[in-house]
Amino acid sequence: MLAKRIIPCLDIDRGRVVKGVKFQDVQDAGDPVEVARKYDMQGADELVFLDITASVDDRPTLFQTVEAVAREIYIPLTVGGGVRNCADVRALLSAGADKVSINTSAVDNPDFVSEAGERYGVQCIVVAIDAKRVSKKKEAPRWEVFTHGGRRPTGLDAIEWARTIVQKGAGELLVTSIDRDGTKGGYDNELLQAISAAVSVPVIASGGVGTLEHLYEGLTDGGADAVLAASIFHQGTYTVGQAKQYLADHGVLVRS
Amino acid sequence: MAAIGVIDYGMGNLHSLGKALERVSGAGRVVISYDPEELLKCDRLVLPGVGGVRECMKELQRLELNQLVVEAARSKPMLGICLGMQVMLEWSDENGGVPALGLFPGRVQRFPDPPEDAATRLKVPHMGWNRVRQERAHPIWTGVPDEAWFYFVHSYHAAPTQPEHVLGSAEYGYRFAAAIARDNIVAFQFHPEKSQNLGMMLLANFTHWSP
Repeated sequence: MLAKRIIPCLDIDRGRVVKGVKFQDVQDAGDPVEVARKYDMQGADELVFLDITASVDDRPTLFQTVEAVAREIYIPLTVGGGVRNCADVRALLSAGADKVSINTSAVDNPDFVSEAGERYGVQCIVVAIDAKRVSKKKEAPRWEVFTHGGRRPTGLDAIEWARTIVQKGAGELLVTSIDRDGTKGGYDNELLQAISAAVSVPVIASGGVGTLEHLYEGLTDGGADAVLAASIFHQGTYTVGQAKQYLADHGVLVRS
Repeated sequence: MAAIGVIDYGMGNLHSLGKALERVSGAGRVVISYDPEELLKCDRLVLPGVGGVRECMKELQRLELNQLVVEAARSKPMLGICLGMQVMLEWSDENGGVPALGLFPGRVQRFPDPPEDAATRLKVPHMGWNRVRQERAHPIWTGVPDEAWFYFVHSYHAAPTQPEHVLGSAEYGYRFAAAIARDNIVAFQFHPEKSQNLGMMLLANFTHWSP
């Protein structure tokens, strides 16, 4: 049977791994190749690179970073941040990314997702959905999609949007709860469950992990196929191996 | 000097595969090309591929590579990966049905979509790490433990009609062919180039294989 995936997420800024909460208090956390190699050895199932300076337009450095990591690491690598058109997708794939993650541009132009999926295969098109709970207490839960790092509301219902973009050709969804991101209070499992039930493609949970139990809850209560986490691994709170051991001990199938 | 030819017909990203082959091939050369003449000079060939089967067959025909593959498959060690494995069957149900290269009897079919009310829904594509059971002995498995984990990404899978062609299987709702082989051809549904050390081992075994 298919194993649940553990995916460390690395924020990349001008060729370095950085850690910090939402662009605040950003600190250098090392060389991407070294960090990627460390997680690979710990048993990470995939890696995600998020180019947090996409707007600064330092693409050549990002490509060099992706190339350097792809030369050394033989597990799937997803790269996101400022992916705007098919030329961006192509450039990242030729630099060695296995998948690209599209966020704002999918909202601005859903046909871009169809075009990229047709041209490069839907398996390499991840659409990132940043969602914020907008329902009031006692109402049925509702989430709205936000773009631009969670700053700009789109008016789109997150569940409807998930359905639409999968029809357009997203091969996988990376679902981040804006409410939980950086809180270490756990994923928004209701959101994950609702999206996972609405689409047939795999869902990656993101935003809010503070403990190993949170990973477990995302995969069980949230029904996610994979869990993404940054700070618990970067800060050395847990290794990927410890996370897998915990999940295996609690009956979740993981790659050993 | 021995050369491995990777058939580049524009379907998918050959970067990881090229790098992985270079790493395991030692003194061997890795040639990534769509030029039939260059590929014919290679001692062994790899047919990779991701994307849709109709486009894949169309491109192989347009570049006059389909005949090359069929002919080379008679004598040279050949490795199919993912869609490159699927086009080795006779027919694929994808894109409304497309005749393929026919190196193995059988067809390619889709994983059924999960029923809306299913308790545990199996997502399609089948994406991630799954265990591969070795259905029979083969030099390609040298050093690779049975039930080892490999990385898959696909919505369709091969269903060869000859059970003896099934080299390895994986479980996703039911057992399907994760690896097939006959004579000098071996093919994987999963991606060895994305499957860490054991994937590298399979590629290394292929570069040394003399069927």
